[in-house]
Amino acid sequence: MRTVAVVGASLAGLSAARSLRKQGYDGRLVVIGDEAHRPYDRPPLSKEFLAGDLGESDLALETDGEDLRAEWLLGVRATGLDRTRRAVRLADGREIQADGLVIATGAAARRLPGSEGLAGVHVLRTLDDARALRDELARGGRLVVIGGGFVGAEVASTAHALGLEATVVEAAPTPLAAPLGQAMGSIVSALHLDHGVRLLCGVGVKGLSGERKVEAVLLEDGRSIPADIVVVGVGASPCVDWLEGSGVTLDNGVKCGADGRTSLAGVVAVGDCASWYDPRAGHHRRVEHWTGAQERPAAAVATLLAGGAVEPGVPRPPYFWSDQYGVKIQFAGHAAGADSVTVEEGAPDDRNVLAVYRRAGHPVAVLGMNQPRLFTRWRKQLAAAS
Amino acid sequence: MMIPACRLADLPRGEALRLDIDPPVSVFHTDDGEVFAIDDTCTHQDASLADGWLEGCEVECPLHASKFDLRTGAVDSPPAKLPVRTHEVVIEDGMIHVRVSTDAPNLPPCVAARLAGGPA
Repeated sequence: MRTVAVVGASLAGLSAARSLRKQGYDGRLVVIGDEAHRPYDRPPLSKEFLAGDLGESDLALETDGEDLRAEWLLGVRATGLDRTRRAVRLADGREIQADGLVIATGAAARRLPGSEGLAGVHVLRTLDDARALRDELARGGRLVVIGGGFVGAEVASTAHALGLEATVVEAAPTPLAAPLGQAMGSIVSALHLDHGVRLLCGVGVKGLSGERKVEAVLLEDGRSIPADIVVVGVGASPCVDWLEGSGVTLDNGVKCGADGRTSLAGVVAVGDCASWYDPRAGHHRRVEHWTGAQERPAAAVATLLAGGAVEPGVPRPPYFWSDQYGVKIQFAGHAAGADSVTVEEGAPDDRNVLAVYRRAGHPVAVLGMNQPRLFTRWRKQLAAAS
Repeated sequence: MMIPACRLADLPRGEALRLDIDPPVSVFHTDDGEVFAIDDTCTHQDASLADGWLEGCEVECPLHASKFDLRTGAVDSPPAKLPVRTHEVVIEDGMIHVRVSTDAPNLPPCVAARLAGGPA
């Protein structure tokens, strides 16, 4: 293999480039990124960076003096993949021919239809998004967050700490029920109420009002919530449009084996755009977690370099964290498969909890709130048990 | 400075012990029976590496998955970028001692500010 192209220059793309060099690949390495920035860390964008406690240089993922001997093509989007010529087409007309390809194009924040061009309305996914929102939060005002998921909750928490009045609107009856289940979702989302952030659940958003600048969020039950700043945190869609017609099978992202291989030889996919087969769950899953983007590229790159002739290992159970209102929230495993949840340590009322999810008596997931030590022990046990 | 930590027999393999000195230091007993001492605080953000995931000669921060090599202190995985200090371990008569490094520690910004007497 003489040329490998990595499409996507965020955590998953950087991890893939590092894995290639670590695993002995010595050929030409091209990293293509649609953003103009070198690889940066996204978790602080909704927390320390948004609060102004970290600057842009703190977000860099590369270490000082790190040299992957890669050609970085930044600020240019991949627009197509030609399987016969084994070439990635770029928006500026260039073409990169490569024997091996790592797809790491991530996911893009979903927007609210009709919100385009309305000042004061934000999504939070990229550094540029975070800069714009940070500047606006610094001017103060009433914030409405649409979506009570982790990004929305972190934005509300950060804005509250900055002294803004915040409201979170969530269409589902219980926020975070999909990742955490009903019981724990309601305990974690109660952090909003503990801190005087208004939480409106079970009501959809009809639209926004305002001429050039947003003035209110209109709810489906007829209420109108005045807003100077609106953050839309309703999830993300995989960036795979550029692969239409390429022969790479798409199904809620790039459909991959348990080792990152796609339907095309010499092409693997990693990170938020990739839907890997999960041997534990018995189906394909797209996992939008930092740790997946960090850990899985090593396996995908091994597959690529070995021409697909490696046995996929069993990945660790998915893990993610969140920091809200000073509480460290950690989760590992799959809540969906559980038939019971028990609090093993701490008390829900104190927002200090170690909870274990079980299916037929066997642990399948674990949640920690301010319990890092016990959480790690359970997380290890979870990995060993499956 | 040489600090007695604990008896080797009292620190099972796969476990870590935190010494509450300033800044704190942790002693790790690996599954292979080796003993290492490094600064306890992750260089990325305030978290105790003694609470982390020990595997081989590597510890993963309990919060954000940065990994450090216990032998060298080097960062093996982001988001941390700076290594942790390593300390010499001396085992005498079944007792673990740590000779604390005189190098400057790499502490995360919030912890460094707190130790310097500034706002946490």
